[in-house]
Amino acid sequence: MQLDVVDIDRCVGCQVCMFACTRRQNIAGLSKSCIHVRSLGGMERGFTVITCRACPDPPCALACPKGALKPRPDGGVLLDRDACDGCGACRQACLIGAVFWDDAANRPNICIHCGYCATHCPHGVLELVKGPVTHAGQ
Amino acid sequence: MLANDPLKNVLYIDLATGASQVRDRTDLFAARLGGAGVAARLLHEECPAGCDPFAPENPVVFAVGPLTGLFPLASKTVAMFKSPLTGNLGESHAGGRSAVAIRMAGYGAIVIRGASPAPAYLSVDGGEVRLKDARSLWGLDHSATAGRIIRENERGAGLRAIMRIGTAGEKRIRYAGVTTESYRHFGRLGLGAVFGAKNLKAVAVGGRRELPVAGIRAYRELYEEVHRAAVESPAMKKYHDLGTPENVRPLNALGALPVRNLQAGKLEPVDRITGEAFAESYLGRRLACAHCPVGCVHIAALREPHPAEPFFYKTSMIGYDYELIYAFGAMLGVTDPAGILRLIEEAERTGLDVMSAGVVLAWATEAFGSGLLSAEHTNGLDLTFGDWQTYLKALELIDRQPNRFYQDLGQGVAHASSVYGGTEYALHCGGNEMPGYHTGPAAHLGFLLGARHSHLDNAGYGIDQKALADGTALDPAAVVDKLMAEEQWRQVLSSLVVCFFARGIYSKELVVRALAAAGSGLDDARLDALGREIYRDKFAFKFREGFKVSELALAGRVHRTPAPGGPVDKEFIAKALRYFTEKIGMP
Repeated sequence: MQLDVVDIDRCVGCQVCMFACTRRQNIAGLSKSCIHVRSLGGMERGFTVITCRACPDPPCALACPKGALKPRPDGGVLLDRDACDGCGACRQACLIGAVFWDDAANRPNICIHCGYCATHCPHGVLELVKGPVTHAGQ
Repeated sequence: MLANDPLKNVLYIDLATGASQVRDRTDLFAARLGGAGVAARLLHEECPAGCDPFAPENPVVFAVGPLTGLFPLASKTVAMFKSPLTGNLGESHAGGRSAVAIRMAGYGAIVIRGASPAPAYLSVDGGEVRLKDARSLWGLDHSATAGRIIRENERGAGLRAIMRIGTAGEKRIRYAGVTTESYRHFGRLGLGAVFGAKNLKAVAVGGRRELPVAGIRAYRELYEEVHRAAVESPAMKKYHDLGTPENVRPLNALGALPVRNLQAGKLEPVDRITGEAFAESYLGRRLACAHCPVGCVHIAALREPHPAEPFFYKTSMIGYDYELIYAFGAMLGVTDPAGILRLIEEAERTGLDVMSAGVVLAWATEAFGSGLLSAEHTNGLDLTFGDWQTYLKALELIDRQPNRFYQDLGQGVAHASSVYGGTEYALHCGGNEMPGYHTGPAAHLGFLLGARHSHLDNAGYGIDQKALADGTALDPAAVVDKLMAEEQWRQVLSSLVVCFFARGIYSKELVVRALAAAGSGLDDARLDALGREIYRDKFAFKFREGFKVSELALAGRVHRTPAPGGPVDKEFIAKALRYFTEKIGMP
């Protein structure tokens, strides 16, 4: 299953998904969030929700010099934190901008498509679906 | 509070030099929670007695609370300063991303001191604090332009708040506000003018960090409970669906909507400017504050033909709320919703507080009609209730200040009426223009006796409406008791910076548990005591700055235009004020 942005028009920019993501990792705040909501250049234009779209052939994994990002069977990648040295090549490789960064740990924040954020979205913007995911925030 | 909670960090900035420092103020947050409680203490520390609100010594304090970033709906920032409008306590709250941004940047409060020698904006990106040149942003026609330029020059899209002023603030118009995230405002009491006096165009703040909790499992369980309550609550649904404008219809039906400078309590026809009508004809988008699932911010899409070119249209996205429809609609007799939206957009352009501006123009219209003012004063404008095109020009002139009259209008209705007359219908409480509730004596007592002279201090309008619904008579002492008790509890909520829309969710019992999750062991009794203490801190400041109950009075108009339960009785108000003096026991 993969996380998808199914109805961006209903996004009100509350960022409850971002808090949910870090909280699922047993931390309060935003430091570990693998999902990001920002305006489309001013609140009047609405929002984009940036999520990993679970590429079947993920460029982030290809870019990793340490082999720390292993392709997931359902698309996207899993991070081997011990193998990662924090070089940031994965972040550079993701055009969508869905590889987020934990500055304190100097490690990428990689979405595992668990759907915890979607269960907290109050407005039906996010859903865990059977891919392929064809939206990227819109 | 947990020892490693960054809430204890207070960021102090001196605008004269750009120097900043972070101080551990665990003492303050342990004694006063955060938000309003901490800001009131910082204001006492920083603001010299009797200081000119435009002097560099007048500080600007922003404070957030222990639940911000941890739980939903703790999403307000409290600003405190000495108000240039009332010459007394200035307190204004706003949401947007401001509260989460300050917390995620690693601070519990920000204290801005001094004045910059040239226009500047403050950039706080986590631990990086810089005062940046804003000379190229000063005097820009639309305040949103400055917001956009700063947005494009600063890091952290989605994680920051940009609080900025327009030309009205730059020119120190005493009811200029500060706008954050385009549609949220520290609207009331002139924070924008204080920014202007400091040469401070904007504050950009943001960050992305983690916060400590007492125990992660208990925290996560409680979070689910609060989240469920927020998304399932009927009150929250009401704020999401129609938003605050839902109140236009019932308050008008009751006869409690101030119309044409409170010459009446009912607007005819009201049908085009109700919450339902705005939603059906104009609602284009809803927005939420950061970490609030509700999404109560309603934005209208106004599509207008270009005046010069055929088949050319302009679409503007304009925020609207009950108080704005009251101030630029009912109060000015404007029944055309497009007209109200155009007026709101004009106030957004220059950064004026809509509530004060509407009341000021309503007074000016009546004074003009009664011959106190001439076309010479108004620069040729024929101010007439309902004529929004002329009000559009008048708003522009309040900002442009072409003559002495518009300079006086820029100082508020109390000042303007003291110069030109018409005090009988100058609708303000302690110098702050009245909000949109003529429900009865409790509402007006609430404005008079609330520390901010705001309808949000104590919701007196709720007491009036309950008495009307129950068919019971009000008693002056009982009303004051209720107002004070409610205002004291609201000090706890605004110290936690919990949005007042969520006051039904954040019961005392839930507050105790949420604070425990954040690492603070406070019980019911301590919360009650804190409410009283913070309330007294605020009144200590007010009395120090010259607040006198004996000088409080309502405009004659308030007594003459009947409220739903009959005229607001002078003797009732006098008795209540005497009882308040006794009860508060301060000089």
